[in-house]
Amino acid sequence: MEKSNSYLQARKKKGKSLFIPFVVLGDPNKNSSLEIVKTLIENGANALELGFPFSDPPADGPVIQAADMRALESGICTDDCFDLLKDIRKTTDIPIGLLIYYNLILQRGVDRFYKDCSDAGVNSVLIADLPLEHAQEVVPIAKKHGIAPVFIISELSSDERIKNVAEMSDGYLYVVSYLGVTGVKESVLEGKIKDTIDRARKYTNLPLCVGFGINSAQQAQVAVKAGADGVIVGSRIIKEVPNTKKIAQICEELRLAIG
Amino acid sequence: MKSLGQYGKYGGCYVSELLVPVLTEVEEAFLKYKDDEEFKKEFSSLLSEFAGRQTPITELKKFSSEWGCKVVLKREDLLHGGSHKTNNVIGQALLAIRMGKKELIAETGAGQHGVATAMAGALFGLPVKIFMGTKDIERQFLNVQRMKIFGAEVISIEAGSKSLKDSINEALRYWTANSKNTYYVFGTIAGPHPFPSLVAHFQQIIGEEAREQCLKKYNKLPHTICACVGGGSNAIGTFRAFLNDKDVKLVGVEPAGEGIETNKHGAALCKGKPGALHGSYSYCLQDKDGQINEAHSISAGLDYPGVGPEHSQLKDSGRVKYVAVTDDDAMDAFLLLTRKEGIIPALESSHALSAAKEIASSLNKEDILLVTLSGRGDKDLGPAIKYLEQHGKI
Repeated sequence: MEKSNSYLQARKKKGKSLFIPFVVLGDPNKNSSLEIVKTLIENGANALELGFPFSDPPADGPVIQAADMRALESGICTDDCFDLLKDIRKTTDIPIGLLIYYNLILQRGVDRFYKDCSDAGVNSVLIADLPLEHAQEVVPIAKKHGIAPVFIISELSSDERIKNVAEMSDGYLYVVSYLGVTGVKESVLEGKIKDTIDRARKYTNLPLCVGFGINSAQQAQVAVKAGADGVIVGSRIIKEVPNTKKIAQICEELRLAIG
Repeated sequence: MKSLGQYGKYGGCYVSELLVPVLTEVEEAFLKYKDDEEFKKEFSSLLSEFAGRQTPITELKKFSSEWGCKVVLKREDLLHGGSHKTNNVIGQALLAIRMGKKELIAETGAGQHGVATAMAGALFGLPVKIFMGTKDIERQFLNVQRMKIFGAEVISIEAGSKSLKDSINEALRYWTANSKNTYYVFGTIAGPHPFPSLVAHFQQIIGEEAREQCLKKYNKLPHTICACVGGGSNAIGTFRAFLNDKDVKLVGVEPAGEGIETNKHGAALCKGKPGALHGSYSYCLQDKDGQINEAHSISAGLDYPGVGPEHSQLKDSGRVKYVAVTDDDAMDAFLLLTRKEGIIPALESSHALSAAKEIASSLNKEDILLVTLSGRGDKDLGPAIKYLEQHGKI
């Protein structure tokens, strides 16, 4: 178990919602990726969410899949991702979370993977294709190495399931903003996020961070208004890779919107 | 969920949390209806009156005398729609209707599963979206036309290898966003629980019929049974009825593509190692980090880097032997059946036939060698003729 929850501390210290940008490690290549992450840190990131590129990412949309492909085509491997994480950790002390597909962990070996995370200064790991049903395969090992296991809740989660997810989780809960086609009205979006957040709040004191489909400063603001402790933004930033100037500008807009 | 659908250490439900509610719903519906008398009656009457079951077994006279044993085909090629896929699709469409879903989606490689789903959509009045890689759209043009004429929307997938695995990724993505009203008709015994057990359940009629037909006609069981394995649903559908007949040898035939020693093949069981892909833990083709490799086969329906978890268990237990057949050998078998016996087999099934020819030499004259002909080859004529002309075979 992580002795002190770095996300909770960051949330308390800031006193406002956290801005959590997401990019894929190694996108578009190892060197540029480090520059991009530094840009995020310099432009107001309160925590980082970083993806390990995977060949078959069905839980991600087309923008992130394209980022995965760019990274893999540049020759990035799992060892490179850990090298990058160590370099990133040298430059910042904000929480670092990983988003990864389970097969990459399985093939490295679960224990070795979490040990490597610990050595690289990672705070949390969210496995995109590991639901609560399989959580026991990793949670005890993650906690042994001091890595917070993060799980997802959404409008589809029953109260009972939210309770069970909360008990299994540490670090923060990943609240999926909404499901379904894009272009939903902001008032509808706010209602959906608020409902999930309010239900989750009954069962946990962990920060509730909203992600998945937050594509603009306006939507980020909506998540904050709905009570999010953190806002995770991926595709909107990744669309601008490798243009660090543009990424800095997007981060500035998001940072201001989140507060 | 009531279970995680595990076959030994294989199987499971390795999907995004967002898919768990709908998969739980599918599992509930499956458990509720699989033994329900009214459901079974409707399923069975659709299979016989709409799809044309039972399919016959055919003894191949010339092959039998030349190969030195009784060569018998189980004729899933004669099923309405052109392949065994119809069995599974009718079963799942009946579940979808009972679950109150308003739309069907499906992935497809060879297009047979897409055609069957489009056909079911027309039959039951449900709109259908088919996800298909652009590479497959090109080589299975005729099936694309069939899906469209049934009224289905065919969505072309440009990502990745532009074939089956990428169309599964895209279908899962769409389902995640639209699970309230949409039913995903999964095409094979792979994927997350409950699909491996659900699809096998609807396909096991192949082997049940074949077993009975052999006993009736020959008064004995086959010596050996061959079936091709992509995801593996026609093979499981055939094998399940014979698993307890310890003397019956079962052989699953994977695509060796350009050769199993090259990197252009799709032999997940013969050359892969266990990993988590598309929701289940099973053998798959991957690199040392766990990135999934692209498969290769002349047959679009076998062009898949994974395989159903039940096959992984059957491989480890030794109950089924898995072999691989190259593109070239499969094409020889394709032409042989066409020219000698007057049956055009699907390129998928041609792999099973080629392996059977190898095996035949070790059988006696009275032994039955049963081959599941999973589908007909009409859909493959374009690429088949191109290949045969290029290689000077016709």
